[in-house]
Amino acid sequence: MPKKTYRQAINEAIASEMRRDHRVIVLGEDNAGGKGAPGEPDAWGGVLGVTKGLLPEFGEDRVLDTPISESAFIGAAVGAAATGLRPVAELMFVDFMGVCFDQIFNQAAKFRYMFGGKAVTPVVIRTMYGGGFRAASQHSQCLYPLFTHIPGLKVVVPSSPYEAKGLMIQAIRDDDPVIFFEHKVLYDVEEDVPDEAYTIPFGEANVTREGRDVTIVAFGRMVGFANTAADELKRDGISVTVIDPRTTSPLDSETILDSVSETGRLVVVDEAHPRCSMAADIARLVAEEAFHDLKAPIRTITAPHTPVPFSPALEDIYIPSVAKIKAAVQALAAKVPA
Amino acid sequence: MQHSREFLLDCYQSMVTIRVFEERVHEEFATGKIPGFVHLYAGEEASAVGICSQLDERDAIASTHRGHGHCIAKGCDVHAMMKEIYGKRGGSCGGKGGSMHIADLAKGMLGANGIVGGGPPLICGAALTAKYLKTGGVAVAFVGDGGSNQGTTLESYNLANVWKLPVVFVVEDNGYAEATASAWSVAGSQLGRAAGFGMPGTLVDGFDFFAVYEAARTAIERARAGEGPSLLHIKLSRFFGHFEGDAMSYRADGEIQRYRNEHDALKIFRRKVTEAHLLDDFTLDAVEAGVVRNINEAVAGAEADQMPTEADLLTDVYVRY
Ligand SMILES: Cc1ncc(C[n+]2csc(CCOP(=O)(O)OP(=O)(O)O)c2C)c(N)n1
Ligand SMILES: [Mg+2]
Repeated sequence: MPKKTYRQAINEAIASEMRRDHRVIVLGEDNAGGKGAPGEPDAWGGVLGVTKGLLPEFGEDRVLDTPISESAFIGAAVGAAATGLRPVAELMFVDFMGVCFDQIFNQAAKFRYMFGGKAVTPVVIRTMYGGGFRAASQHSQCLYPLFTHIPGLKVVVPSSPYEAKGLMIQAIRDDDPVIFFEHKVLYDVEEDVPDEAYTIPFGEANVTREGRDVTIVAFGRMVGFANTAADELKRDGISVTVIDPRTTSPLDSETILDSVSETGRLVVVDEAHPRCSMAADIARLVAEEAFHDLKAPIRTITAPHTPVPFSPALEDIYIPSVAKIKAAVQALAAKVPA
Repeated sequence: MQHSREFLLDCYQSMVTIRVFEERVHEEFATGKIPGFVHLYAGEEASAVGICSQLDERDAIASTHRGHGHCIAKGCDVHAMMKEIYGKRGGSCGGKGGSMHIADLAKGMLGANGIVGGGPPLICGAALTAKYLKTGGVAVAFVGDGGSNQGTTLESYNLANVWKLPVVFVVEDNGYAEATASAWSVAGSQLGRAAGFGMPGTLVDGFDFFAVYEAARTAIERARAGEGPSLLHIKLSRFFGHFEGDAMSYRADGEIQRYRNEHDALKIFRRKVTEAHLLDDFTLDAVEAGVVRNINEAVAGAEADQMPTEADLLTDVYVRY
């Protein structure tokens, strides 16, 4: 199987759906780039090159660059979705949700319910998130909990290239509004990815490591960290299950609860802030539904309740680390001798 | 308008400081010493300095992601700025903000901004404060051609005029927003937009310090007199990429070299003041040499400064919590 980056996997997923369905269009700031400029067309293909090559293949009717007017073009994607297209719109960095959130959470998310089940809004909003780029407080946040909070939105947090391709194809074929979170540090990560199209269903977690002692639930980039922690802990004799929920909405609670019923110990790893977060959400789920299975308190490893700092010295300690995950698992495993 | 020798020297020094600062950040970024997203202002100096040289500490400005020039023109300490860009503890924001968030509120510099269109609404607020407290202050919002298309910017035009706020909106049109040409992205025109919101608008040659100065003088005087907002559409060019690392394949071959040769604000300023016998080359060279020394020291200081420590991570989120 060919190795592909997370970036290529997403690009390939969008291209294959565009070939399959002429209603799929792409729009966003510099998704091609060079619009109206004297140099090359398709000059950027998105700030980090994810949509590169779509313009030459699909043309300007299907790959639309936009002015810097997120409220208007994200809203236009929502409106186009409600009237027959299947737009894949890019909200470059999720931090920019601030200038267009109304169109997402009051409009797209609520059409179906408010209109008594009559609306279908198959829009995908792709957006970059996460720390590690030294991009500071307004370009590094992990805001998927805010979207997860809103009924009517589906929220996808792919953790690897293989996952990203299957989940993107699923997202485009899905009839509900989907927010697709791409971690910018993952773009250059490579893995085997099939050339042909495939889908990964929403709401079905992926168990990336199987173990007896402790369950880790991790999201997005943190899945890789959790896998590394699990592999290293195995050498120390601690056997860890790692669960990647893939989508925060819908959430596969069953896989999480089943695993906790076996291990009795839970660590949730989430790069977002701790309050009202996925970490808090999973902890709530397990405390409520599996209290009697627990052999130790639930632990959460998250970023702190502060904005994302710029300085590398601060950002490196801000983001949850493999070392912190291991320490939490070790502390839990030590609580009850096996 | 007749300018004093001292004033012209100060302005030249500010413009040269911006240029040398940016050229140096460009070099240091290439060596990998500077982290993050860095957007350079070189080429646009006459705009920041032509405007900010008429402002004082009562007056506020809001900048953009391309903020170094506005900061320097508004009097921010270049040594602290350089440390900030390096992510060091002695930086303007203690290393927490970086290039895109340099601010000095005491100097009326309300911050560079990572959000395109983030500044204009804030500037309406700063103008409201000035008006309410009768400080005589004015507030200046810098946005790019790209930022001129943001809803927040257009809403601010309306609000500023409805409330007759002492605001100057400055659209720095360098031809591009990232890789997209302003010739394509801006429907209608900047002056048409100003007219649509009932405020005066002026098209300005942004390579000519004196043209910027005169247009800004009228707008600032109008604001100070309580007559409401104005808009300046300043045409200029950036000498570097959108951000450091941009290959700029969307620009024409030789475009930047042509701007550097024919439309360099520093050279134009020098020509004008020497031809008018206001300043001589010897004096201007001395200013340049002094700036280079200062920037060398700023870089050395930034390299030598400490990184912030773990204890700094959790501070400054709230005043009290
Ligand atoms: C709300 C928002 N949308 C998009 C971006 C990404 N972005 C940063 S700078 C930029 C281009 C800005 O162009 P312009 O306003 O012309 O300023 P210039 O870079 O030319 O100085 C874009 C799209 C952003 N930071 N914030
Ligand atoms: Mg521009």
